[in-house]
Amino acid sequence: MKNIFKRAAKGAHVPHLKNTSNTATVDMPLPSKIILSMSQHIGAPAVPVVKKGDEVCVGTLVGKEGGFVSAPIYSGVSGTVTDVREMLNTMGGKVTCVEITPDGKQTVDPEVKPPVIESYEDFTAAIRKSGLVGLGGAGFPTSVKLTLKDFDTVDTLLINGAECEPYITADNREFIENPGYIMAGIQAVKKWCQIKNVIIGIENNKPEAISVMTKACAEFSDINVKALPANYPQGAEKVLVENCTGREVPRGGLPSAAGCIVMNVSSVAFVGKYLETGMPLVARRLTVDGDLIADKKNVNVIIGTPIQEIIDFCGGPTGEVGEVLMGGLMMGTAVADPSVGTLKQNNAILVRSKKDATLPEASPCIHCGRCVAACPMGLSPVIACKAYSLGKVEELDKLMVDLCMDCGCCTFVCPAKRPVSQTMKLAKAMQKKGAKK
Amino acid sequence: MENKIMVSSAPHVRDTSSTQQIMRDVVIALVPAMLASAIIFGVRALILIAVTVVACVAFEYLYCKILKKPVPVGDFSAVVTGVLLALNLPSTLPFWMAVVGAFVSIVIVKQLFGGLGHNFANPAIVGRIVLGLSFTAQMTSYGFPAGNPSGVDALASATPLVATRSADLPLLPLLLGQHGGVLGETCALALILGGLYLVFRKVISPTIPCMYLGTLFVLSMLGGLTAYDALVQLLSGGALLGAIFMATDYVTSPYTFTGKLVFGFGLGLITWAIRFLGTAAEGVSYAILLMNILTPYINDWTLQKPLGGAKKK
Repeated sequence: MKNIFKRAAKGAHVPHLKNTSNTATVDMPLPSKIILSMSQHIGAPAVPVVKKGDEVCVGTLVGKEGGFVSAPIYSGVSGTVTDVREMLNTMGGKVTCVEITPDGKQTVDPEVKPPVIESYEDFTAAIRKSGLVGLGGAGFPTSVKLTLKDFDTVDTLLINGAECEPYITADNREFIENPGYIMAGIQAVKKWCQIKNVIIGIENNKPEAISVMTKACAEFSDINVKALPANYPQGAEKVLVENCTGREVPRGGLPSAAGCIVMNVSSVAFVGKYLETGMPLVARRLTVDGDLIADKKNVNVIIGTPIQEIIDFCGGPTGEVGEVLMGGLMMGTAVADPSVGTLKQNNAILVRSKKDATLPEASPCIHCGRCVAACPMGLSPVIACKAYSLGKVEELDKLMVDLCMDCGCCTFVCPAKRPVSQTMKLAKAMQKKGAKK
Repeated sequence: MENKIMVSSAPHVRDTSSTQQIMRDVVIALVPAMLASAIIFGVRALILIAVTVVACVAFEYLYCKILKKPVPVGDFSAVVTGVLLALNLPSTLPFWMAVVGAFVSIVIVKQLFGGLGHNFANPAIVGRIVLGLSFTAQMTSYGFPAGNPSGVDALASATPLVATRSADLPLLPLLLGQHGGVLGETCALALILGGLYLVFRKVISPTIPCMYLGTLFVLSMLGGLTAYDALVQLLSGGALLGAIFMATDYVTSPYTFTGKLVFGFGLGLITWAIRFLGTAAEGVSYAILLMNILTPYINDWTLQKPLGGAKKK
């Protein structure tokens, strides 16, 4: 199917390390406090609607959306707002955070009730109100994704269950534990967005998930499970669209430009659950793993729970901590301070020793071209890095570095251990800045 | 302790490959050819290899020390250059000439252009060409040294390319390398074995060697040679050594599959043109040098097409 004259797009054979794929999800006990960042999605930060001293319940609105591309944020505990303050986020910027201390009662807000949906507009409004963002890691507000100008152009719903990052098994557990909610969510999106075909893409290293979903889909001819080769980054949106439908998402466009909506499996399962219960997004499943975690498992965590408390719940670090990651090895963010709260889009907490986290030193590029062969987007990282170091903005534009999605394949495969994808990030910034001038 | 955790940009993991490992694999792949040269040409072949390797490593070390640059300790690239250079020399070459070749390869072609990864052409090829132009007589006296322990003395004075453009050569000596030539080019079996090892270890892709040799074969046949004579073109002279070990040098060959096809075709075409249209018997080194110089342009012409980049918005 792939045309090697166009691009190699080999991706990377990252280690799987799926230690937790067979351990059932456990609920974490109430944390001592939750810290809700107002920026838990791509787009404008939410605006806090509570102040210090306010009483909140489970499902009470804490921050309302700050623009069209934004999502509301709800409390996952009942208790008292103990602080609203600016804190450093993981990217080093400032973000407003709301700290809530639970009272232990977990009283549910009376506003929480199943939405009544009679039209497409009702459906997107309900999704918007639920606070759902892409739970696979990117955190793109789902309501924006589902806002379609024209039903005719989109015919396929892709359910992303590739989960190609090392360690993470949260989506795998979703398939195994909640096929009912997944199917309900799929049916709802399919109905209201008038979608003809549904493809559930799962990497073939998750045989149990594939068999559960194949069974669940048996009676529907228009919902199919597709087993995908376990090759990073299979779960990248544009890669998934190409591998499942053969279509290319055009440069600068969303998958809808290729007639597809791509939803993470945990997101679509949440849709199914939300339509039944009306409880907004206040908790999610996280994979807690890494060589320093004694008790590796999947945990159902209230969003905003301090990372340190999750680590302690899983047996704490068994040695001197080298690195704490939110998300996977390939695209996750290293946190400077493990006392911050988890975010909606976090799907894993990885605690690694200094030995695992220490990276080899970079040496001169030997132009082996492995980054070129690996790039799933068919870019030429080695050439782009040179253009970046020479400050050639026009060439960066010609090389389409804006298509880079930071998957990290180029850095992973580099035998000279160079920070290739990190340089690509800088190159993208340079291209953007140059384009503005 | 909490203040000391590491924070770095993603990705947080690397594969196990390394420059040293790649270079080491190339040296391992060259071992059969080195052994074959010792068997065919005697112990002096091994001494010659040792001389060029030591000279290459020493020049690299001294250059970096004198210019106060970090010494690329143990990346093995100078060793690879040394071995490849030696394999391109006749066994009778005076040692001091080999040292001159090492100087040209390491100091002029590699380090003056910025060191590993910045050379515009394959250092060993340029070393061979400079020696070939400077000391033509010594560089083309392919005879076996006196007292050759293998006892083989057939076809002593010239490569089969020169000796027998039309005469029939038996296949076995060609494969085993029992004929004249430079150290590393005679034993086809050893070279192919090394090439297979490199492909198996994913150090090189077979695209360039296959395209190069395929082009040379087809052009030779189109030029009126029988299939067997065309095969002799591949098995004798520097074609195999060049195709497998010199043309696949990362720095001086294109990145993409299409680029490698163009590169291999160009190599085949130039080698054929020099061998059949020119007066020289051997064209591999010039073909590689010329295509090395074209590599940046080939890279430019054969850029990958990014996913979704087809339509301009």
